[in-house]
Amino acid sequence: MFAFILRRALQAVLVMLVIGLIGFSIQSNIGDPIRPLVGERVTPEERAEMAEKLGLNDPFLVQYGRFIKNAAQGDLGISFIYKKPCTEVILKHAPATLELVFGAALIIVFVSLPLGIYTALKPRTILSKCIMGFSTLGVSIPVFLTGIMLIYIFAVTLGWLPSYGRGETVDLFGNGYWNSGMLTIDGIKHLILPCLSLASIMLPLYIRLIRSEMMEVLETEYIKYSWAKGLSPMRIWLVHAFKNTLLPVITVFGLQIGIMFAFTILTETVFQWQGMGFMFLEAVQRADIALLNAYLVVVATVFVMVNTLVDIFYGLINPTVRITGTK
Amino acid sequence: MSIFLVLSFATIAGAKTLKVGLDADPVSLDPQVQLSGGMLQLSHWVFDPLVRWTKDHEIVGRLAKDWERLDPRTIRFHLRKGVKFHSGNDFTAKDVQWSYERLTRSKDFQGLFEPFEKVTIVDDYTVDVITKEPYPLLLNMATYMFAMDSEFYTGTDENGDPKDAVIKFEHTFANANESGTGPFTVEKFEQGVVLEMNRFEEYWDTESPGNVDTIILKPIKENATRVAALLSGDVDFISPVPPTDFERLKADPDVDLHTVSGGRIITFQMNQERVEAFKDARVRNAIVYAVNNAGIVEKIMKGTATVAAQQGPEGYVGYKENLTPRYDLAKAKSLMKEAGYADGFEITMMAPNNRYVNDFKIAEATAQMLKKINIDVRLKTMPKAQYWEEFDNRTADMMMIGWHADTEDSGNFSEFLTVCPGKKEGYAVYNSGNYCNPKVDELVYGAQSETNRAKRKEMLQQVEQILYDDAAFVPFHWQNHSYGAKKNVKVDPIINALNFPYFGDLVVE
Repeated sequence: MFAFILRRALQAVLVMLVIGLIGFSIQSNIGDPIRPLVGERVTPEERAEMAEKLGLNDPFLVQYGRFIKNAAQGDLGISFIYKKPCTEVILKHAPATLELVFGAALIIVFVSLPLGIYTALKPRTILSKCIMGFSTLGVSIPVFLTGIMLIYIFAVTLGWLPSYGRGETVDLFGNGYWNSGMLTIDGIKHLILPCLSLASIMLPLYIRLIRSEMMEVLETEYIKYSWAKGLSPMRIWLVHAFKNTLLPVITVFGLQIGIMFAFTILTETVFQWQGMGFMFLEAVQRADIALLNAYLVVVATVFVMVNTLVDIFYGLINPTVRITGTK
Repeated sequence: MSIFLVLSFATIAGAKTLKVGLDADPVSLDPQVQLSGGMLQLSHWVFDPLVRWTKDHEIVGRLAKDWERLDPRTIRFHLRKGVKFHSGNDFTAKDVQWSYERLTRSKDFQGLFEPFEKVTIVDDYTVDVITKEPYPLLLNMATYMFAMDSEFYTGTDENGDPKDAVIKFEHTFANANESGTGPFTVEKFEQGVVLEMNRFEEYWDTESPGNVDTIILKPIKENATRVAALLSGDVDFISPVPPTDFERLKADPDVDLHTVSGGRIITFQMNQERVEAFKDARVRNAIVYAVNNAGIVEKIMKGTATVAAQQGPEGYVGYKENLTPRYDLAKAKSLMKEAGYADGFEITMMAPNNRYVNDFKIAEATAQMLKKINIDVRLKTMPKAQYWEEFDNRTADMMMIGWHADTEDSGNFSEFLTVCPGKKEGYAVYNSGNYCNPKVDELVYGAQSETNRAKRKEMLQQVEQILYDDAAFVPFHWQNHSYGAKKNVKVDPIINALNFPYFGDLVVE
C-alpha cells in the first residue's frame, strides 16, 4: 500500500512539472503583458525596461526554473492586473466557483435522482418520454446559450431573478477570503440561474445514467426474487434496487465534478460571476502571465490531489486495483 | 435585524443610488498610474482637474476659477477657495504643484507633459503653469491636472514604502487609497468586482444639480449580460451598448439609449515600405475610393459612428468641412488602371478582433471591397494582446489603427500617425504606413508652438487637406460612445465626446 501511495505521489509531482512547463510555453504566444497596462504614449524603450524589471526578458528555462523554485516555496508570483500575490487572488476567487459547483451539484442530485428513477420504473408513460426528450435537448444546447436564455426568460422578461453577479455576500471568516453568497436571500437568488445553467450540461447525463442502471438492476435475479417474496414495491424499488444503482453513479459523479469546473469558465462569463473561471479568462485576455501560470498550477494541484485520493481509496476498497497496479 | 431593516429602508427612501455596469472598471485608485479611459473616468468622479471639457467641446474651470495667459509660455490659474479634500485637508496651490511633480514621474503621463517646464506657486490660491516653449495646448493639458492631496500622500505606508510611489504592478498606497476633492469618495474598491462611491458631503461645487448619493459600479464585460442587466433593472446605467442591441433598447419603454459622437478615428494604413504600389498616390486613392465607409457605418456599425474622411472630428481645430467621404468604384478602377495596376496585386492585412467596436468585421468588409479593384487580401485578425506586437513589427501590408487624440487637438493625430517616421524621437510611433510628406511635417511641428489660434487652425486644416489628397490612410469613422439608462436617469447633460460621464452632476429623478 505504501509503495502504491508513494508511486502515485511521484506521478503527481511529475504531472505538476509538466503542467507548469505547458503553462510557460504558451505564455510567449499569448501576447505582451505590458501593453494593456500602459498608455499609448509610453515608448517601446520604456516598455522594454518594464519587461526587464519583471524578468520577462530572461531565457525560457531561467524563467521556468525561477518559477518552480518560488512555487516550491508557495510563492506563485504577483498578478499584474490585480497587483496582489496570485495565490491570494486565486484563493479569493475560489469560493465563488466552489459555491457555484456546489449549487449545481445539489440541483443535479435532487433532480436527476427522482426523474431517473421515475423514467426507469415507468418507461412508457408520456411524462417519461417528455423527460427523456427534454434531456436530449438539454445536453445538446451549449451552456453559454442556456445561460443567456435563462437570463432573458427569468431576469428580463419575467423579472423574477437577478441577471448577473453574486449579489449580497457575507464574509464568512472575517478575513475577506470566503465571501459567501449562500447565507443571504439575495445571494441565493443570484445563485439560482448560474447553477441551473451549469447543471443543465450534466443533468441529462445523470438522468440517463440512473435510468439505465436502474433498469438493469430491475432485471436482476434478486429483484425478481424480492417480487416473488411479496415485498412491497416501494421497498423493492427504493431499498433494494436503488442502492445498487447508486454505486456506478457515484463513481461517475466524482469524475465529472472536474469537468464541471471546466464548464464554470463559460457559466461565469455569461453571468459575470466573479469566480476562478472568470478570473482565468481575464488573465488570458489581458495576458497576465503570472496569474495564468498560477491558476494552471493550482487547478492541476487540485485535480492531481483529488485523483490521487480517489485512486488510493479505490485501492483500499477494491484490492484488484492495487493488485493490477503492482504488476 | 429589525433595526437593520428600518435603517436600510430609511436610506432607500431618501438616498439615490445609481448602479452602473461598465465593460471595464478602473485598475487602480491612483489617478496618475495609468493613462486610460477608465482611469480618467474615475479621476473625474473622485478627483477634480483644474479645468475640464464640456459637451460642446469647450473648456470650463473646475478647481481653477479662472485663468489668464501671461505670456506665450505661461498661464496663470486662480484657484477656487474653500475646497476640501476627502481627508479634510484644505486644497491650496501647494497641492497643484505637488500633483504636477508627481505626474512627471508617471511613465504614462510623462510624454503628455513633456512640453511642460514647471508649476510655480504665486500665492496660496494662484499658480503659474510654464512650458518650455510657447505651447498652444497648455489649457488642454490642464484637463489632465487632477489635484491630489499632498499631505495625505506624503510619508510612508505600513510597509515602509513611500506613499507617493507611482508603480503599476505592485501594491502601493496610492493604488488602494484616495484623497481627492471630487464629488465622490471611494467606499469600497475591489478591482474587477466592485467600486462603491458615496457623495462627498463637503463637495465644493454646491451649484451642481447632481443628486446621486451612492454609485455602485460593477464591471460587466459580456455584452449580452450587460444589456440584460439593464433591461431587467439590475443596473441603472450601462456603457457601452453593443450596436446590435440599439433597437432593443430603443423599443423598451423603461430605458433610453444615449449616444454621443466620440473622437476616435478608425483607419487602415498602407505600408509603402512593404508594398511598392502603395508608394503611388493613385493606388492609395483608388483604395480609399473603393472602400464604402458610409456603407460600413450603416450596415456594420448600425449607424453608431460618424463617417470620416479626415483625422480629427468636427469641433477640433483642424476639421475641414469640405473633406467628405468618397466612395466611387468606377473612379477607383480607373485610378488603378492609370497607375498600371488594372490586374491588381496581392496584399496581407491585419486587424485586432477585440480592440475597437466591430474591428474584425470592418476588416472583413474592407477585404471584400478591395477584391472589387482586384486587390486580393489575405486577412488575419487577432486579440489585441497579440496585435500590438505585430503592429510594432509592421508584419502586414495594411494594418488597422484607431486613434483618439489625448490632447483633444488635431495635431496629435498627425504627430503619432502621419508625420515622417524616424525623423524625430517619439513621433510617428503608430505610422505603420511609412507615409511621409515633408510639407505635413513642417505644418504639424510648426503648429506645436503656434499660439495664434487663427493661424494654427489654418495650418492644421491644411494638414488634413494634404492627407486627404494624398490618401495617406483609409479613413472609416469616428466611433460613437453609447450609454443605456433607465428613463429617470438624466444622462444627456453629463456625457461628452471624451466618454467621461460626469456622475457628479447626474440627476436621477
